[in-house]
Amino acid sequence: MIKRLCLWLFLLAPLSATAAIDAYEFSNESNEERFHELTGELRCPKCQNQNIADSDAPLAADLRREVHRMVEEGEPDASIIDFMVTRYGEFVLYRPRVTATTWLLWYGPFVLLGIGLLVVFMISRNRRNRQTLSENSTATEAQPGQTEGYSPSDNLTPEEAERLNKLLQQEKDQ
Amino acid sequence: MNNRKLFAFIPLVLFLVLGIFLWRGLSLDPTELPSELAEKKKPLPAFELPSLTEPETLLTPADLAGEVALLNVWATWCPTCKEEHGFLNRLARDEGVTIYGINYKDEPGKAREWLRRYLNPYQKVVLDQEGTLGLDMGVYGAPETYVLDAEGRVRYRHVGAVDAQVWETLQQVMQQVRTEAKG
Repeated sequence: MIKRLCLWLFLLAPLSATAAIDAYEFSNESNEERFHELTGELRCPKCQNQNIADSDAPLAADLRREVHRMVEEGEPDASIIDFMVTRYGEFVLYRPRVTATTWLLWYGPFVLLGIGLLVVFMISRNRRNRQTLSENSTATEAQPGQTEGYSPSDNLTPEEAERLNKLLQQEKDQ
Repeated sequence: MNNRKLFAFIPLVLFLVLGIFLWRGLSLDPTELPSELAEKKKPLPAFELPSLTEPETLLTPADLAGEVALLNVWATWCPTCKEEHGFLNRLARDEGVTIYGINYKDEPGKAREWLRRYLNPYQKVVLDQEGTLGLDMGVYGAPETYVLDAEGRVRYRHVGAVDAQVWETLQQVMQQVRTEAKG
């Protein structure tokens, strides 16, 4: 029982250790929430694949401090994000703003999806057309009056035609 | 050529486009960030910070304007700064380049000792102990070297050590800024 409990504790321990640890005091809960949301969305310029909440870089600590200060001063999210962008560029935004340059990033996937659907539609339409076409052509082939088997006129001498027909007949009989 | 044959080329075209992007990616350094200040030719952010060498004097952006100059962000805790220090000394001494310094998140005592020991290439050194100026400038890794024009606007940023190769680029930028000002 105790062993099991220890195992659980060990398994849970890393969960609490993922975020960089700072002791920040917040005047209310919504500020704390905003702080976590913002630091989770801002990218650390130094260690580029981490947000500033996770990063242990001194620069990330400075940025967390600034975010904390501004959140406590009651600045709106937009101006905090502006603060970061004027210093470090659009790069720091994990959720880039919709501008002329990021348009493709935001809507590109939908454009691709549209193209995909269009291609599927076109292929299926082509296939349907071809099917009806071949049905028509088989209908014309099966017209009455046409004789079965090969005749000397099919680039064959009369002897060859006869032999071929005989062989085919043999195959059918078997 | 009919449509069907043209369709057969789509994979080739996709492959080529992807190939061009990947090929280009080989020569790009994703850790290098564009500087907002340099992109928009912005002046240095406002500051009023003591000088490292004369702690009773306060320096402002106006003190770093007047001529085309280099602005070097350094600290004693930064090994690459030590690496480039000799080159900066040579630039200041042999080439007569005006270099200003920002001592970034450092201990002033250690920094003064460093300048005594390794010589001082800087005309003025701003003491940014808290890193507030660095933050406002978007500094993300020391050493960083900026090119300032005569009006004190930022025209270029280099992240990393300055060596002969980097100096060539910096020199070009400075030359360009000078001719721009004349014309």
